[in-house]
Parts: sequence; structure tokens; C-alpha cells
Amino acid sequence: MDVLPKWVDTVIIPLIGVLISLIFSGIIILLIGENPIDALSLMITGALGSTYGWGYTLYYATNFIFTGLAVSVAFHARMFNIGGEGQAAIGGLGVALVCLSFGWTHWLPALLAATLGAAIFGALWAAIPAYLQGKYGSHIVITTIMFNFIGASLLNYLLVNVMRPTGSMDPATQKFPETTSLPSLHDILEPIGISFSKAGPANISFLIALIACVLVWVFIWHTRLGYQLRAYGHSESAAKYAGIKPFKIIMISMLISGALAGMMATNNVMGEAERLIMNSTEGAGFIGIAVALMGRSHPLGVLLAALLFGFLYQGGAELAMWTTIPRELIVVIQALVILFTGALENMVRAPLNWLWLKSRRGTS
Amino acid sequence: MDFMVLIQVLDSTIRLAVPLLLCSLAGLFSERAGIFDIGLEGKLLAAAFFSAAAAALAMDPNSYISLGSLKFDTNKYVVWAGKYAVWIGLFFGILASLLFSLLHGLASITFRGNQLISGVAINFLAAGITVLIGQSVFRLGGRTPSLSGDARFKEINFPFAEKVSEVPIMGPIYSELLSGHTILAYLAMLLVPLSWYVLYRTRFGLRLRAVGENPAAVDTAGISVIKLRYMSIIICGLLCGLAGAYLSTGLAAGFVKDMSGGRGFIALAALIFAKWRPWHILTATLLFGLLEAISNRFQNIDIFGLILPIQFMQALPYLLTVVILAGFVGKAIPPLAGGVPYTKE
Repeated sequence: MDVLPKWVDTVIIPLIGVLISLIFSGIIILLIGENPIDALSLMITGALGSTYGWGYTLYYATNFIFTGLAVSVAFHARMFNIGGEGQAAIGGLGVALVCLSFGWTHWLPALLAATLGAAIFGALWAAIPAYLQGKYGSHIVITTIMFNFIGASLLNYLLVNVMRPTGSMDPATQKFPETTSLPSLHDILEPIGISFSKAGPANISFLIALIACVLVWVFIWHTRLGYQLRAYGHSESAAKYAGIKPFKIIMISMLISGALAGMMATNNVMGEAERLIMNSTEGAGFIGIAVALMGRSHPLGVLLAALLFGFLYQGGAELAMWTTIPRELIVVIQALVILFTGALENMVRAPLNWLWLKSRRGTS
Repeated sequence: MDFMVLIQVLDSTIRLAVPLLLCSLAGLFSERAGIFDIGLEGKLLAAAFFSAAAAALAMDPNSYISLGSLKFDTNKYVVWAGKYAVWIGLFFGILASLLFSLLHGLASITFRGNQLISGVAINFLAAGITVLIGQSVFRLGGRTPSLSGDARFKEINFPFAEKVSEVPIMGPIYSELLSGHTILAYLAMLLVPLSWYVLYRTRFGLRLRAVGENPAAVDTAGISVIKLRYMSIIICGLLCGLAGAYLSTGLAAGFVKDMSGGRGFIALAALIFAKWRPWHILTATLLFGLLEAISNRFQNIDIFGLILPIQFMQALPYLLTVVILAGFVGKAIPPLAGGVPYTKE
């Protein structure tokens, strides 16, 4: 049987999926009574037209790179980690504990320790569902959903009853010390002569996210463990026959996935809020699902998809400010992207398959 | 604890258990036929919104919509719609939920996509679209106007409920606990034995369960797997629609943004906790309803000097489900063919 060439499968199909999603979004904007073309140009100038806009776009993109990579790594082992939201939130707890417990004198060691703390806490939050899946076959999707809620309750308890400074009404930790404040893109780019807006929250953890992309790529495609992970994801029975232990693969894929989701906290908790607040993740864990699906679980694809969603987030905020289109438009776009690049992927593929077969028959 | 406090807590337990029960039964039909449904939350939210929105518009159409030259100034229509506002709401709530269900069916049955991913998409679609439409129709920041009168389900009082309320013990149980719920609450309770009967005592139920365990065998017997699965999904949508309408036009007086607040997921947890069996679903949803009622009424619970924080009570349904899933208390085994698209050989 002729199959579609790989580039169609990995590039064209997700692009068509995104295009369909955007067309639907345009129709929705029309129905609200706004002009979709005007809306798009407002989004582009708002998100990409100034370094101020870029400062936000890249900040959001950083979050989505981490959570997108988290979902991707698990996807390669055919694990669907819906718990990125909870793992990122608990990762924030790790960052807060690191920043508040030690007397840091410079941001660099603080950032390294916080990254480690975030990764360990995120991984721990993924470890229990992973263990239950590996040992008892409890469905990872259900347990990670449950752990999102359990994590939210735990953080709620800690912030209200334990970590809140006395006298404060706000359920949040105290401000992290000045010395743990991360350099913003403005601080990084100024010495090399690029003037970048001071206002945007994008910071050095964007670079960590880029490094994470490279490391995930090396891990998945150039290590023995990554190979085993992919082998298990393709065929559990074949992997078992080759002596790959399912329990080990489930644990490793989920621990790495949780660690990556947790590391998002270096950006939103340490880089932006500089304290741990309630609901600090703002749904970024779930956007990771859309990003991973659209990016075909490849770090380069994840990077591009995260940038697109960063743009949509910042552009959506601009829309909400200047038009009658509410911010929730982004949630709809996100849902449509998940639908057309994920669940309804076969619907997009079927006509392409047909065209491909037809053209093959025509030439031979 | 005061007896009357106990009655009040149990009364709100029933109120809070009803949407969970309806949603959980919805999930039961879908998952027993082999279609995983983590989109219960989205369908619940969509139904809640469209019920409240349709009921509000039926009460007062002219103040919200002017469809160009079309004018709804025929008084007859307005009076008629106002009188049956809550039922119009129910109709549109169920319709919305059904459409989401069919989308799930299209993705997971017809196009054999990933059922979990489709569920995630449905949850987000509902979360976004409800606010988007709500804001552009009502301009209240995603809320619908608050509903009253004929736009809400009325409490049904049992005969003599007033009179016997003075009788000790049995009086309050009859007049406070059992009487005074909406018709949807009583319907939900009736649906438990009905679901059991349909699933275990009818040919349709047998086939539905078979299609969730071994679709190939059902197909070999000459019965359409696709048709059966679509029927299960339609039942699921219908029940989620009832749950949503109850939420916004029975329990509350109108829709607010994200009002389902994770109830769809708690219903999913109850379904697993009950190991996919109707009577156990009733027990599980009542238990989870009780937990919610307790955490609504008391801030912290003191058990023999051990103080349980409110957040613990909120997390308890999820914790219990994880414990059940782990197989510490009997094993929860989902339908064998659950989550696997069926491909004819």
C-alpha cells in the first residue's frame, strides 16, 4: 500500500489542521460582529510589532515550550500525560522553596538550584501516576487528571495555611529575595547593542527552554534510552520481546515529562511573579497538549507551535483590550487545534491520502 | 451535631449529588460501549450555559436579540415562551450537549481518532465557546442574566410536607430531605434503576456492554458496532444535557463562567470508583456529594483532635479514586475495548 511521504505527514497535515482551526476562529470572530482581518492585524502588531509585544510573546512561548516538551516525551512512549498543569504547579512549589530557603547572593546559582528543584518536584508529582500505571495498570490519563486536582488542593492549603506571610490576606508566598531576580531579555540583549523593551516578562529561562529542546532531541533520537522509549511507544509487544522493560520505560518517560513540566516554573514563578501565587500556571499545562500535537512531538515542531501559541496568547490579550472579542477566543482556538491536529487528524489525512494515491496511479 | 443540621447537610448532599449522578450515568453508557469520555466536563458546561441562555432569552427575547428586521413582537409567542422558559432551556441544553457528543463520536468512532484527545478538545471548546457566546449575547462578562420564576425548575413539595414537618425525626426526613427537590433530581434517582435495567436486562444493553468488551464478536454476529456506539454516545449526551440544565436552571439561578467547576471530572471519578456499575454510581455520587456538602458547610473538620482542612475534603474524591484505581481496595477494571477505535477486518 502506498503511504503518504513523511514530510506530508509531519509538516503538511498539522499545517492544514492549524489552518482549518484559524478559519473556524475567523468565522467565530465574524459572528461576534468583528472583522477577522482587522483582528489578525491587531494581533500581529500587538504581539510582534514591538519589542514590548515580543517580551510577552516569548514569555508565554517559554511556558509552552516546557509543557509541550513534557507532553511530547510522554507521547513517544505512548503515555498521555494530562497532568502537566499539576506538575508545573508543584514545580512552582519547588522553585519557591529553593528561592526562599537559602540565602542566595547571585541569580545564577539560584537559577540552577531552582531549575533542579522545579524538575524534581514536577517529576515527583508525575512519579505516583507513573508508578501506578507501571505496577498496577491504572490508566495514566485518569490518574494524572486526578493529580491535577489534588495538586491544586495541596497548593491551596499550603498557600493559605502554611506559606502565607503573617498579616497578609493574599494566598501567596512572600516575595523572593532581590538576588534571585532573573535577568530579563532587556538585560541580556543590552550589552550586545540590541535595545529590547524593559516591560515584557520574557527572561533568561527562554534560553533554558531552548536548551531543553536540544537536550530532548538528543535524548529521544540519539541515546539508547530514547530508542527504547520510542520502541515501546511503537509496539509494546515488540519492545518487550527485545527485552525492554515496560515499567522502566513508563517511569523514565513520565519522570522526564514531569520534570520538564515542572521546569516551566523557572519562567512564570521565578522569572515573572517572583513569588508563588494561586493558579500560577494559568492553564499552560493543558496548552502543552495542543503544542505537542501540533509540533508532532518533535522539539523543533514544539518550539514553532509554542511560538504560535505565545503569539496567540499575547495577540488575544490585545484583542480583549481593544475589541469586544473576549480572551476566551484563545481557548477556542486551542480546542480547535487539538481537535484538528489530534482527534480529527484522520479527517484531514483521508482526502490527502486519496489525492496521493490518485497522483501515483496517474504517473505509473 | 444537631439533628436539623444533619438533615440540612444530607439535603444539600442530594442536591449536589444530582449533577454528578446524571453525568456519571452518562459516562457509564459511553464507556460501557467502549468510548472513553473525559469530555463530560465540557458537555456539562455547554449544557449549563445553553440551558440558562435559552431560558433567559425565552423570558425576554426582545431585550437581548434583534435579528435585523425580524421582530419578535407577537405577544402570544412571548407569553408562551416565557411560560415554558425552563423547558425551552432544557431542550437547548440537551441539544448543545448532544452536538458535543456527536463531535466526539465523529472523531472517535467515524474517524477512529484518539478518544482522550477528543475529550480534551471538547472540554476546552466548551470552556471557550460558552464565554464567547455569553459575552456577545448578554454582555455580562460571560454570565447569563440571573433567572427566576418560570425560567427555573421549581421545587416539588410532597403532599402533606408542611403538616408532617412537626413530627419528630420522620417529619423532617420527609419534608426536608425527601420533599422539595426539582423534577430533574427525582428523574436522576429514577434513572439509576432504569440504567441498570437497560444495561443488564435488555437486548440493547447486552449488545452495548458486548461492544465495549469485544466489538469484533458483536460485528461477527451481524450487529453494527458503529451504530451501537453512536447510540451510546447519544444517550451520554442526553444525560449530560440534563445534568447541565439542572446545574444552571435548578441548582443555581443562571450561568456563570466555568460553573461546572470540575464536576464532570468528579463524575468521571465516581464512575471509576463505582467500577462502571449503576447502583454503585449512586453510592459514589452520594458520597462525593456529601463531601462537597460538608466542605461547603464547615471550614475545618475536627475529628478527635485531628483537624482536616477544607482543601483535604475537596481533594478527597480524587484521592479515593486514585486509591481505587491502584487496586488497593478491589480492582477497577475498565471495559476491555475502552479507548480502542474499532476497525473492521
